[in-house]
Amino acid sequence: MDKYLEMIRIRFLMMLAYRTNYYTGILIYSINIGAYYFLWNAIYGGKSEIEGLSALQMTTYVAVAWMARAFYFNNIDREMAMEIKEGKVAVELIRPYNYLGMKTMQGLGEGIFRLFFFSVPGMLIVALIFPLEFSADFTTWVLFAVSIVLSFFINTQLNLLTGITTFFLYNNTGLIRAKRVLIDLFSGLLLPISFFPGWSQEIMKYLPFQGISYIPSMIFTNGFTGSQAMEGLLLQAAWVLILIIPVQVLWVIAKKQLIIQGG
Amino acid sequence: MNAIEVNGLRKEFKAYSSRSGLSGAFRDLFTRNYKIVPAVNDISFNVKQGEMVGYIGENGAGKSTTIKMLTGILTPTTGGIIVNGMNPHKERERFVQTIGVVFGQRSQLWWDIAVQESFRLLKKVYKVSDAHYNEHMDHVIKTLDIEPLLDKPVRKLSLGQRMRCELAAALIHNPPLLFLDEPTIGLDVLVKLKIREFLKEINEKYNTTILLTTHDLTDIEALCERVIMLDEGNIIYDGALKSLKEKWGEGKEISFEFLEKADLQHLEALTNDLEAKWELDEKDQIFTAVTGDDEEAVSQIIARTVAAYKVRDVKINEPSTEEIIRNIYEKGMA
Repeated sequence: MDKYLEMIRIRFLMMLAYRTNYYTGILIYSINIGAYYFLWNAIYGGKSEIEGLSALQMTTYVAVAWMARAFYFNNIDREMAMEIKEGKVAVELIRPYNYLGMKTMQGLGEGIFRLFFFSVPGMLIVALIFPLEFSADFTTWVLFAVSIVLSFFINTQLNLLTGITTFFLYNNTGLIRAKRVLIDLFSGLLLPISFFPGWSQEIMKYLPFQGISYIPSMIFTNGFTGSQAMEGLLLQAAWVLILIIPVQVLWVIAKKQLIIQGG
Repeated sequence: MNAIEVNGLRKEFKAYSSRSGLSGAFRDLFTRNYKIVPAVNDISFNVKQGEMVGYIGENGAGKSTTIKMLTGILTPTTGGIIVNGMNPHKERERFVQTIGVVFGQRSQLWWDIAVQESFRLLKKVYKVSDAHYNEHMDHVIKTLDIEPLLDKPVRKLSLGQRMRCELAAALIHNPPLLFLDEPTIGLDVLVKLKIREFLKEINEKYNTTILLTTHDLTDIEALCERVIMLDEGNIIYDGALKSLKEKWGEGKEISFEFLEKADLQHLEALTNDLEAKWELDEKDQIFTAVTGDDEEAVSQIIARTVAAYKVRDVKINEPSTEEIIRNIYEKGMA
């Protein structure tokens, strides 16, 4: 376990080495949130609520969804693709650790870094500019914390799956991009799932995506409370467990037919 | 005890080929032509604990593929490998704890962070105790002279500096078996010498087994008593470096530089009863007699030539290992 914790630390150091990226990142996220704020205000017009969310809840939803994204989002799929394409994965395989486990830890290191150096300061800036509604309820915060950890794992497992496909496809840049857009849309980052047409909400119930953004954001904005929130967490946990299976299966097959590129 | 036992090892790759032309490209979308190519073709060898073995061959002979199978990265198509008493691929995580690997062309340090941070992570990864680490690594760091580099990020190191750090990183857990895949590629003479000295030292001190692939045969000459030579996936020679020389190093060359103008025909006439072939390097006016291993002939050639002309310089050359190996590659089989 020691080595995995150490990896989180190393990742932290690596992020610090390129910290300027993150100052610009905060700016970009703030602009994004601002744009959505005005967009939603226009949509709401004079209406007090749409689909059970008030305008204030909606802007909070958007702000929180983007800030949570900073935590669960990582580029390990792209990194894996690069490591596999360039043959660096050979070096990873001569180390006494689990490659996928290490990748997850790197993602977590990145996530923690962004949470502290990006989400929190970003949220403060956004809260100063736009009216947001923060819950005073302690349990909401705890549920939210658990929920974004679970969303991190769901998103990371999907990233691992996409990353592993490089072993079979050799070049999967397109797939990685498609996956990112798909997640941003279906996870409820751009639009809460409750705004989707009924039939697509039905389908979405059977997909892991809403566990990434919709559930934690709804918990935070008190859109889900009590048993609904617990149900959401259970659904997330179930997806974390289910996704282990395809990741492991694909990994075993990938290792068997691994070819190291470039000598 | 054998550190490495390889038995009938074989690795096949699918080599895809593209059809020509636009219609060919469309057909390639659906079905692709491929051939099964063996990169390593049923090879067997053993390496004893504490041996230093040079593993050589042309580009594409299958050296790296073998090393990748021995280190558990690739799965063999068929055949058995036992390294340090384990099956590398099956027990990968436990197995890699007992080996160190340096890939000359790939860095295993983390690019953006200081060298010492990489070391610290590796120390945790290999579960090395502080006491062991301090005792062993202090020595390694001193010998490789990398103390001043430790707080620099890897991307700021020169190639020679990086290679020394790579070597140190591969030795953090003091493995009994070390794989070096072209460790001296692109390095200057001084760094090469330092690395060789160091490898010799750890081999003596810890009885570390070293398997080394390289294109620089001086590495092999300096370090290895035994060489395994690979050609198109087959072992074509496995034995002492010395007997390779004896078996293949035919003949000697004697080069003369004369003070006065010499004549090739005259020289040929002088030695026509001996086994000698004269060549002339027009540019430098160096006359070279190629002869067999017969020492009598060598001394006769020199005696007669010196008697006929005034000589500025004489050199007797034996073919170098490099020439011998080039010879073997060109002729194909040993």
